[in-house]
Amino acid sequence: MNRTTPILSVRNLKTYFLLDEGTVRAVDGVSFDVVPGQVVGIVGESGCGKSVTIKSVLRIVEEPGRIVEGEIYFRHQGQNGRDGSGANEDFVDLVPLDAHGKRMRSVRGAEIALIPQEPMAAFSPVHTIGDQLVEAILLHQGVSAGEARQRAVERLHEVGVPSPEECVNAYSWELSGGLRQRAMIAMALSCNPRLLIADEPTTAIDVTTQAQILRLLRSLQQQHNMAIIFITHDLGVIAQIADYVVVMYLGRVMETGPVDDIFHDPQHPYTKALLKSIPSVQSESQKFLPTIEGSIPHPFNRPSGCSFHPRCVEFMPDVCNRRTPIPQPINDRQSVSCFLYHDAAGED
Amino acid sequence: MDNTVENEQPLLEVKDLKKYFPIRKGFFKKTVGHVRAVDEVDLYINEGETLGLVGESGCGKTTTARCILRALDPTDGEILFRTGAGLVVDVATLPESEVRPLRREMQMIFQDPFASLNPRMNLLDIVAEPMLVIDGVKDREERTERVAELLRLVGLRPEYMQRFPHAFSGGQRQRIVIARALALNPRLVVADEPVSALDVSVQAQVLNLMLRLQEELHLTYLFVAHDLSVVKHICDRVTVMYVGKIVETAPTKKLFYQPKHPYTAALMSSVPVADPRIRSAMTPLEGDVPSPADPPSGCYFHPRCPHAVDVCSEEPPALEEISPNHYVSCHRVYELELAGIAGIPAAE
Repeated sequence: MNRTTPILSVRNLKTYFLLDEGTVRAVDGVSFDVVPGQVVGIVGESGCGKSVTIKSVLRIVEEPGRIVEGEIYFRHQGQNGRDGSGANEDFVDLVPLDAHGKRMRSVRGAEIALIPQEPMAAFSPVHTIGDQLVEAILLHQGVSAGEARQRAVERLHEVGVPSPEECVNAYSWELSGGLRQRAMIAMALSCNPRLLIADEPTTAIDVTTQAQILRLLRSLQQQHNMAIIFITHDLGVIAQIADYVVVMYLGRVMETGPVDDIFHDPQHPYTKALLKSIPSVQSESQKFLPTIEGSIPHPFNRPSGCSFHPRCVEFMPDVCNRRTPIPQPINDRQSVSCFLYHDAAGED
Repeated sequence: MDNTVENEQPLLEVKDLKKYFPIRKGFFKKTVGHVRAVDEVDLYINEGETLGLVGESGCGKTTTARCILRALDPTDGEILFRTGAGLVVDVATLPESEVRPLRREMQMIFQDPFASLNPRMNLLDIVAEPMLVIDGVKDREERTERVAELLRLVGLRPEYMQRFPHAFSGGQRQRIVIARALALNPRLVVADEPVSALDVSVQAQVLNLMLRLQEELHLTYLFVAHDLSVVKHICDRVTVMYVGKIVETAPTKKLFYQPKHPYTAALMSSVPVADPRIRSAMTPLEGDVPSPADPPSGCYFHPRCPHAVDVCSEEPPALEEISPNHYVSCHRVYELELAGIAGIPAAE
């Protein structure tokens, strides 16, 4: 599918929450690849499993959530080289690793970094920004404390903090929302990650600041040739930043493809309906917006078959409610899980 | 502000509205300054129209809305409301006892339908409460009948009346909030970010409902929002606020295609366009929103304004009517040529 080797390859990932009331299949068979230098946007509404997917990649799924199936291959650059966990040359499967073990800890934060949604909640209010950055650098890179501090200042400068020398001594609550998010990005970048995961990094901030942050992430990505997984529910943001898009609904991937195809030639009925239902500043105002009927089902009563079928305009009786479609390539770019495009494939 | 609309008297007219919150310090709680949350706000809403109030967080849009409803006591200014009986009353100075009957005519739709519904009351009690409190409808049957009618109006089944809010999804809850707001046949409905807590696919449903209700019941909306694409879709006129002051008020189309204030133009260009082919358009504004406790001198926007000249930092500009219904507060309003949404040149 991709010419270059992916840095991260998620294969048929299933993360379930085993509750007393039943099992919530938060992520139910998700597969996608991330290529270096590419921004992969995962888009979906609440409950679609986008956050649980990346928490699975970072192995920070909370109890009682568990990865029950699937592989997460990550191109590891560890100093030790290969390991004995059955992975090939430089690919390691993160799933069998101990979530709190040394191996996983050397990946998390260093090679895969996270920008969380709420920078206010992610920073400690009782430590200075500098201390928190230095902690991350000392943990993952064998440098002296003085040099770590130096690097912290450099990183803050790189993300456009106006006076980084002062910022290192500030507490997170002293900074404005935009600066705080910049400091968070500096922290995520502090160990030169090869994969950056941004979980709704602009949802909590204003539009003008959002535009600044998006532009910053784009330029940093080009400078460092990082791969980015960008999670959001905002289709506008996805259109602006992503190269490749994964559309999710209720724990499953509905459609994947290059950003241009997703927005200009969507194939899955859900993607089509979603794009039509957003009011756009561009489009001529029409009186009533086309809508997707109904609402997102509760995870406990997930519909049978294709989970979108009760809201789908293309619903085919006895097909969509019986079997679950699996993603199938429909051309050399897009892949769709819908029986409109492939009758044969599907799970009972 | 002059009322320029002939043959129609505005339903609501706000003149020179101010709301200052004191900053108290020290043992004796001495007032050391003021947060000028709302400062010299002038606006009007005609009957049957929708006025959008937009701005970034902390710009005073919610405080303005709350003052209009007299949920907050304004520091200064007039809020002239034309009642159903044809009388013009000043809501700002009305004694407490006379405010209550006004509640019948002004109602509010809240942002978060998960926080604004009492989990221990069923739908019947929630929607009927305004009738009980304001109108004193003692007859339970009469209330039940009216609630059934209201639920049908907002697209919910009357059979749901005995259920509790937890049984409903976000979109359905927002319908309940709307039903409650309509219980007393209000003429002005203040909607504070009514769709921002909802999923994309459900937003369109609620927006359509609000548009339909406006047509059927001849409602007037004050629509507070930060999402410009939603505002463009639903509003007739839009007021843009920045640090407690109005920077521009104009008919929606004019504001989006021919903005006259640099802040409005910057806001427009910051909106992420849901089209990957229009990417270069994003030109982010530098810097952050200043604090309303310590605003800059002159025009509050001058430190971030790309067009600022000397006079901007010295004198605060006045809100001026530059063409019918188009009010702008900028020193250079007649010199500047600004681009509208996403760099699209102004077109009539």
